[in-house]
Amino acid sequence: MVPLNYYIILSAILFTIGALGVLIRRNPLIIFMSIELMLNAANLALIAFSSAFNELDGQIFVFFVIAVAAAEVAVGLALIVQIFKSRHNINVDEINQLKG
Amino acid sequence: MTIDLFLFLVLALVSIGTALGMLLSRNAVYSALFLVLNLGAVAIFFLLLGAPFIAMAQITVYAGAIMVLFLFVIMLLGTEEIPGMQNWKKFIIPAVLAGALILESIYLLTSASRPLGLIANPSESVNTAQAMRDLGELLFDQYLLPFEVTSILLLVAMVGAIVLSKPEKAGK
Amino acid sequence: MLFNESAPLGFFYLAPWIVFLPLLGLFTNLIFGSRFSERVIGTVASLASGLTFAVSALLAYAVSINHGEVPSQKLAEWISIGPLSVDWAFRLDSLSTTMMLVVSGVGTLIHIYAIGYMHEDVRFKNDPSRFRSFFIYLNLFIAAMMILVGGDSYLMLFVGWEGVGLCSFLLIGFWYEMDTLARPSWANSDAAKKAMIANRIGDFGFLIAVFLMFVHFGTLQFDAVFEAAHHASSATITAITLFLLVGVAGKSAQIPLYVWLPDAMAGPTPVSALIHAATMVTAGVYLITRSADLYMLAPAAQNVVVITGAATALFAATIAVGQYDIKKVLAYSTISQLGFMVAAVGMGAYVAGMFHLITHAFFKALLFLSAGSVILGLERGHHHAAHAHAEKKPVRGLKKKKDEHDHAHDAHHAAEHHEVFDPGDMRNMGGLRKTMPVTFWLYMIGTLALAGIFPFAGFWSKDEILLDASLHFPAVYWVLTLAAFFTAFYMGRQVWMVFFGEPRHEAAAHAEESPKVMTVPLMVLAALSILGGALNLPFEGFHNLGHWLEHTLHEVESLPLDLTVAGISTAFALTAILISWLIYGRKPLVKDQKDPLSVLGGLFQSMTDKWYVDEIYQFLIVTPFSKLSQFLSDVIDGKFWHDWFHDTVLAGTYNWVSVTALSEYADRRGIDTFFNSWGDVTQWFSARLRTIQNGFVRSYALSVFLGVVVIIGYLLIRQTIR
Repeated sequence: MVPLNYYIILSAILFTIGALGVLIRRNPLIIFMSIELMLNAANLALIAFSSAFNELDGQIFVFFVIAVAAAEVAVGLALIVQIFKSRHNINVDEINQLKG
Repeated sequence: MTIDLFLFLVLALVSIGTALGMLLSRNAVYSALFLVLNLGAVAIFFLLLGAPFIAMAQITVYAGAIMVLFLFVIMLLGTEEIPGMQNWKKFIIPAVLAGALILESIYLLTSASRPLGLIANPSESVNTAQAMRDLGELLFDQYLLPFEVTSILLLVAMVGAIVLSKPEKAGK
Repeated sequence: MLFNESAPLGFFYLAPWIVFLPLLGLFTNLIFGSRFSERVIGTVASLASGLTFAVSALLAYAVSINHGEVPSQKLAEWISIGPLSVDWAFRLDSLSTTMMLVVSGVGTLIHIYAIGYMHEDVRFKNDPSRFRSFFIYLNLFIAAMMILVGGDSYLMLFVGWEGVGLCSFLLIGFWYEMDTLARPSWANSDAAKKAMIANRIGDFGFLIAVFLMFVHFGTLQFDAVFEAAHHASSATITAITLFLLVGVAGKSAQIPLYVWLPDAMAGPTPVSALIHAATMVTAGVYLITRSADLYMLAPAAQNVVVITGAATALFAATIAVGQYDIKKVLAYSTISQLGFMVAAVGMGAYVAGMFHLITHAFFKALLFLSAGSVILGLERGHHHAAHAHAEKKPVRGLKKKKDEHDHAHDAHHAAEHHEVFDPGDMRNMGGLRKTMPVTFWLYMIGTLALAGIFPFAGFWSKDEILLDASLHFPAVYWVLTLAAFFTAFYMGRQVWMVFFGEPRHEAAAHAEESPKVMTVPLMVLAALSILGGALNLPFEGFHNLGHWLEHTLHEVESLPLDLTVAGISTAFALTAILISWLIYGRKPLVKDQKDPLSVLGGLFQSMTDKWYVDEIYQFLIVTPFSKLSQFLSDVIDGKFWHDWFHDTVLAGTYNWVSVTALSEYADRRGIDTFFNSWGDVTQWFSARLRTIQNGFVRSYALSVFLGVVVIIGYLLIRQTIR
């Protein structure tokens, strides 16, 4: 019998590690992986709630999250490949055109 | 300490360790492999929580397909050796924020006026076949429209990926 | 039957045309006149006036067979405020139609005469383009006069009253940039302004009277006013009638406001005849006659009217004796005769007053127009003589053609050396009997009519006034008889000086007779001057005018001929003419001879100088007024109001407040500083903020992360506090 709180705290820790990864890594692939980690943490929380309240909707959500993550990764990786092709570099600190 | 709690703690350590490993590895390939481990650990959690279908999906889609794609791109681009770390000063703010977030979460959960309850032992409470059937019915009954929308989303993502990957000459 | 007896009453619907027809002529000339020849312009204007006369005649005929109520032909509603209601309506009774006939009849003859007169006048004054303006003004005058005599309320009468005043002003100042001798000067303008101002004083009185009527009676319509007057206090009626008398004194040139009329001779002679002798100046007499019902209720005011009229009659007659200008003599004569009329209507002898008004219109128009003929004759003679001189010196003529500047200079030079010729000065005339025979005979008829010699029109009308005076006001009778004596004397003097003896100036020697277009209307007027007395002969069965006006005036006494009165006046007139012959006719004046009456010394000089009335007015009113104005302008307005109050107090305070207090302290130091600081803060802050937007995705992600932390922290704190 594991308290639900434990799962949630674990989910929070994993999410925070993922967020840190987004913030401190310069390799866009790693950043992408960190995002996947954050999604995963959220999934964990959803499944935990689903199990705790004995409702299957949480699992359905996770199913959709996985599908969306797959789509996201497909597009994201394609983008990274294209950027690399044009710049021969994928250091995000050198991609700073996202300003007005 | 019950067996459940023991299992949980072990798996929690593994998942946190692999997550940190992914975060801190200098080599992107290692990071990807750590993430695969992490996803696997979480998949076991899913099993423990009585969600075998999601656990299998996690293993096959995430750990299998997506991470293979990652590794493929890493290999393709040859960007394994991009330095992972910058100077430490830049990490202070994100680290502080991250710590604050964790503390906040813990405080939120421990100080909650109402206990969130316990997770029952899945092996006792969940009939796996029955759960699968229920999930399928729910998915194709109540959540049919989101399911179909998801298929369109995947299609759009596929088209997008193809368009993006096309050589520039073709675009002109 | 196509016509039944009451069919002519339909003529009443023509009433508005007495105003529309002259206006039609006016606008025709105004719009198309620039393309018309002089002949067409004159014809259009005369036709407009003549048709007005025809309509007036139809209206008079309709009035004569109308036994019902006095018709009031309403044209349009004008003012309708609360209980006050004034319409554009024409009152058609025997009095108004009489005036219409006189105005349009005499007016038409003068229009025709003016075609000839103005043709030459505009050429002598070198501006033929004004020929059209003259006839436009004349038609406007006819229209205004018709409103005056035709109106059915005091307000409409006032509109006409002001309209004719405007035309008078415009026509006195017709040659506004010169004086009567065509020298560059503002003398004619000044004369026009003098007329305007003197009339303003009178109009002020008229307006007060109208206001009093409105306050006390609540209406301005004639019948309603007369009806209400019976219930009003005598003080009110007296006040109204006296204020009306002020208006009359202004318009009809009575003491003390008569001074404008002699100066009004600055206008062209047809104007003097039409406006300043025959019609407009009699508007005051018409006004009193029209207001007879009011004056009957105010005997005190009637007495004032009689005294004013009688005093004016004698006073003006004495001045006329001392004048040298042919038109000035007639002008003072007009004032004197208007005094007769005013005295008559003041005595309640309305028929006599109107009778004299009509005959006077005939013979005074005749005299003025003949005088105009004389003046033009002299102008022609002068021109002829000057031409003859120019022929003798052809060298000078050649020299003139150098250029325009030299030409003007030469002309100026010439004017300096040669004395300016005054064609109106009787001292330049003499012997015109031979050169202008037609004018001479016409002038003689007018003179005899004015002097009151049997059987001319003036005899009958003046005698009727004298008879009424002898019955009611013996003192006034003697004053008027004396005035009549002077009248005969100055007219005799004039005739001897102008037409007899030898020419005292080469212009008189070369004078030429006027064309038919001028003399024929004069003949018509001469005939009227002879036969006009038949309108109201003092014999049983011949009081035609009396019976005619009885429709309107209700109480009319028809007096039989009083041989004593007639005899005395005739004797006086003949004596006066005899005396004038003794002085001026027996030994005609020769050139540069002083007037024989100069032996009277200061007395005659005073007459010549108009008893110094203008000087007295100048001293008593104009100079103090100018000084007061100067004082108000310089000290009160300039020094006090402008320099001190505006510049020092207002502008100073304003400057201090605006420059020092508001601009410096409030605006620059207060508001500017505040907003500049605000802007500085914004700039400083945005400069800091700008570094955040650096384009790095991860730094944006950091912001999002920070937001998440802060929001969760806020939720936690809120939860904890709760």
